[in-house]
Amino acid sequence: MRVFTTARTAFKALRRNPMRAMLTTLGIVIGVGAVIAMMEIGAGSSSSLKKTIASMGANVLVIRPGTASSGGISFGVGTTTTLTPQDCQAILRECPAIHNAAPIVRARTQVVYGNRNWVPNTMYGTTPAFLDVQDWSILAEGEPFSDRDVLNGNRVCLLGQTLVRELFEGESPVGKEIRIKNISFRVIGVLTPKGANMMGQDQDDVILAPWTTIKYRVTGSSLSTTNQSASTAATDTVNTLSNLYPADQISLYPERSSVQQADNPMPVRFANIESIMAAANNAGEISLAIEQMTALLRERHHLRADEPDDFSIRDMAELTKTLSTTTTLMTNLLLAVAMISLVVGGVGIMNIMLVSVTERTREIGLRMAVGARGRDILQQFLVEAVVLCLTGGAMGIVLGHGGSLLVQLLLKWPVETSPAAIATAVLVSAGVGIIFGFYPAWKASRFDPIEALRFE
Amino acid sequence: MELIELHGIEKTYQMGDISVPVLKGISLSIRQGELIALTGSSGSGKSTLMNILGCLDRPTTGEYWLDSQETSRLSSDERALLRNRKLGFVFQSFNLLARTSAIENVAMPLSYAAENLSDREARGRAAEMLGRVGLADRLDHYPSQLSGGQQQRVAIARALINRPPVLFADEPTGNLDSRTSEEVLQMFERLNSEDGITIIMVTHDPKVAGYAQRVIRIDDGLIQGDVPAAGPESEAQGGAV
Ligand SMILES: Nc1ncnc2c1ncn2[C@@H]1O[C@H](COP(=O)(O)OP(=O)(O)OP(=O)(O)O)[C@@H](O)[C@H]1O
Ligand SMILES: [Mg+2]
Repeated sequence: MRVFTTARTAFKALRRNPMRAMLTTLGIVIGVGAVIAMMEIGAGSSSSLKKTIASMGANVLVIRPGTASSGGISFGVGTTTTLTPQDCQAILRECPAIHNAAPIVRARTQVVYGNRNWVPNTMYGTTPAFLDVQDWSILAEGEPFSDRDVLNGNRVCLLGQTLVRELFEGESPVGKEIRIKNISFRVIGVLTPKGANMMGQDQDDVILAPWTTIKYRVTGSSLSTTNQSASTAATDTVNTLSNLYPADQISLYPERSSVQQADNPMPVRFANIESIMAAANNAGEISLAIEQMTALLRERHHLRADEPDDFSIRDMAELTKTLSTTTTLMTNLLLAVAMISLVVGGVGIMNIMLVSVTERTREIGLRMAVGARGRDILQQFLVEAVVLCLTGGAMGIVLGHGGSLLVQLLLKWPVETSPAAIATAVLVSAGVGIIFGFYPAWKASRFDPIEALRFE
Repeated sequence: MELIELHGIEKTYQMGDISVPVLKGISLSIRQGELIALTGSSGSGKSTLMNILGCLDRPTTGEYWLDSQETSRLSSDERALLRNRKLGFVFQSFNLLARTSAIENVAMPLSYAAENLSDREARGRAAEMLGRVGLADRLDHYPSQLSGGQQQRVAIARALINRPPVLFADEPTGNLDSRTSEEVLQMFERLNSEDGITIIMVTHDPKVAGYAQRVIRIDDGLIQGDVPAAGPESEAQGGAV
């Protein structure tokens, strides 16, 4: 018996009881609808997440100073200042897995232009490499600052779109002077818009300037936090018991004599920076880059093998992975719930198919008497169940797609139509039909024609 | 070799520990083109024999040769094929598919046939068959819109759609009044004489048996009489004796 004819016979059989068919298939409609909606919403949020991650620079590694701790109490990340611009240069020079690296110092203060003012969320002092690391090299307008500007501590800056909007009201800021802490900066470029990051933080609310300028002119910190060992050596305070809260570090080693210093000079740290942003060559080399930087920084910071790192390297990929895993997990959970609804729908199908087989016992007997084999009967009822499920699946696709469009319209959630979801829905509903239709169909195919014909 | 040959057919039903012998050794041969009535008291085993003849059931022992083929050991799929190609059935209660038009009811066995007819061919053949049973103007009627006699004629058309050489009818007129019974029986006679179809029908009614050329009487699972008859009139008298 040809499948096409069988399918038509199945349609006719279902048309004999349209209301029952409708109600039976409702479980499938809802299940498939839920699956489609979940997959479309899931795909939408995951692709918007991917976009966000890309805007943050997926290969970016952030190196931050480690935590200071005393007596088992940790003071949190950044409480020691151990990173220097020289660390950054060394990373760039000696870690082959690193594509580029930029030091960062931060400030938070008011920016004034004319009679307008604004406190940018992010004020970074850095080097031109920062733009490369952040994949931000193409400017909307103007020129980036140069390494020479960094060396000279020139008062130049780049503005993010939010600042342009807030301070200049659409006017081109290039060449204008703004004031930060009463120091005037010349705007030499405008960054391209990036939008919000994963945490919803506005990435365009940013001002970039040479780190030297920010460090020495804006935050006002001088070279006071220089080489710690040197400063310890220079101190002449005596650590007495009366001094309960010593501010200075205890000198554990004898002071170096001037001869020793001359023989074996310690690198003098001019300044500490708050973090280093480095970009690995590609996402695959991130772990290699972390290894290389860890080894290099440990050596540069003179850490013994048993000492913990005095810095931490944070991997954006890790963060983004965690975030995307969370979304995937949520989508999968909801998908599982939708699947359960499909199973419930399948049980409904099985139930009604069993009823149908019993009702049509005489028909089965007759079909067998005129030459239907067991497998023809099996096929007929299986096709009937599949047709029922596919009809439900088609309605479910329409319902689910409509639902996700509604969500997009009303809740403004990102939604993405996925052909894969529709294909899956079709396959799954056909699968449900086959799985749950099999037992009733098999039962029908095993009928004895004589008894079936005699059935009242 | 004859069209149908039975040799020592026995059928015993097993009801738990008790075995119920229904057919106790039936030997019989039927030639191509015969019109046979099978009679006997209720419970004598007529329907059981018909089921075996119709390859719906298998005998417990004995041989059944149909068209030079031993059928009693065939698998159920092989028997289904045989039923489809060589045997037609007419039932007492018509057994038409409800809410399915006459023409589709008639075309139904074609969907299980080995030859794959197109939809149009199938409908054409079904319409032709309905024409032969005098229902050319009732093609799209549903069973509920047809009289009992018409329904039975649709069932006959369905039984003949695959052009089988043999037609079985278990009390075909049991649900019909005498006038429509006559219609159906005349149809059997015509099919038998014009198309040479072998017809074997079970009946209680001597008047129905009168249409047959040969009357086989079964009693308690054994053949008790096998009377050839000249014609309907003399048979009606013979039945009364
Ligand atoms: N499946 C079965 N299991 C057990 N016994 C059966 C079965 N089918 C038929 N019988 C028995 O076989 C005997 C003959 O039954 P059958 O139906 O052949 O009678 P029949 O001659 O057709 O009677 P009627 O004229 O009333 O239709 C009956 O006694 C019945 O009880
Ligand atoms: Mg009977």
